Amino acid sequence: MYGFIWRRLPGGIVVRLAVSLLLIGVVAGLLWYVVFPWLATRVPIDQPW
Amino acid sequence: MRAALRVVCELGVTAGIVLLMLCAYLLWGTGSYTERHQRVLQQQFEQEIQEIHQKQGKRSLGAIKLGSAVALLRIPRLGADYKFAVVEGVDAEALREGPGHYPGTAMPGKIGNFVVSGHRTTYLAPFNGIGELRRGDDIVVDTREARYTYRVTQKEVVLPTRLDVIEPVPGHPGERPKQALITMTTCNPKYSASERLIVHGVLADREKRHT
Repeated sequence: MYGFIWRRLPGGIVVRLAVSLLLIGVVAGLLWYVVFPWLATRVPIDQPW
Repeated sequence: MRAALRVVCELGVTAGIVLLMLCAYLLWGTGSYTERHQRVLQQQFEQEIQEIHQKQGKRSLGAIKLGSAVALLRIPRLGADYKFAVVEGVDAEALREGPGHYPGTAMPGKIGNFVVSGHRTTYLAPFNGIGELRRGDDIVVDTREARYTYRVTQKEVVLPTRLDVIEPVPGHPGERPKQALITMTTCNPKYSASERLIVHGVLADREKRHT
């Protein structure tokens, strides 16, 4: 899967590395700022009431 | 076959990393949300107290809105800079902003039971350390009109179904209260919600604000 994505990326190794990092950053950001906050209200840990 | 296995492996590793990130988010990421709201709440509250001082007697206290700060909570045992704005309400939304006052239970300093709930491990974990409190420790509650100091009387661990701990007289539903009490509730054990840690205190000192 990751190999497939890697091969589909354009340019030389430097460009590919940069784009990969960017993609990882975008995914991590989406998880941290959108998905996790939404999920956090639904995880049954630490509900003191 | 090989390719399919590889995809499964990669997805598995990815899922593992995402789960670790989720744990990190719950433990530390949620704190930044609470921190933001606490900063605003504490600022508003301190400003209101300032205004009450300036108005010199012409103060109108007004009803407390759901979601705005009821009081400032300080617990010296948990550090000199331990300070949380207590919000009104104990639903998930309120408790993300800080410890919450159970609506319907006594207000700070009043006869009855002032009940406050707070997170133990997430959202800045305001009540993480209340298990360390000992009998006689101070719990300082600043409201708009006065500073109330409670002293810890006892701690207990109960099942979530034991709602009588938040009664006006804890453990004695229906009884008429004669004392001003405080009850703090949080999750127990840490990282779980299977039990509740309860800390009770009794009002020891009342200091009116000079207006």
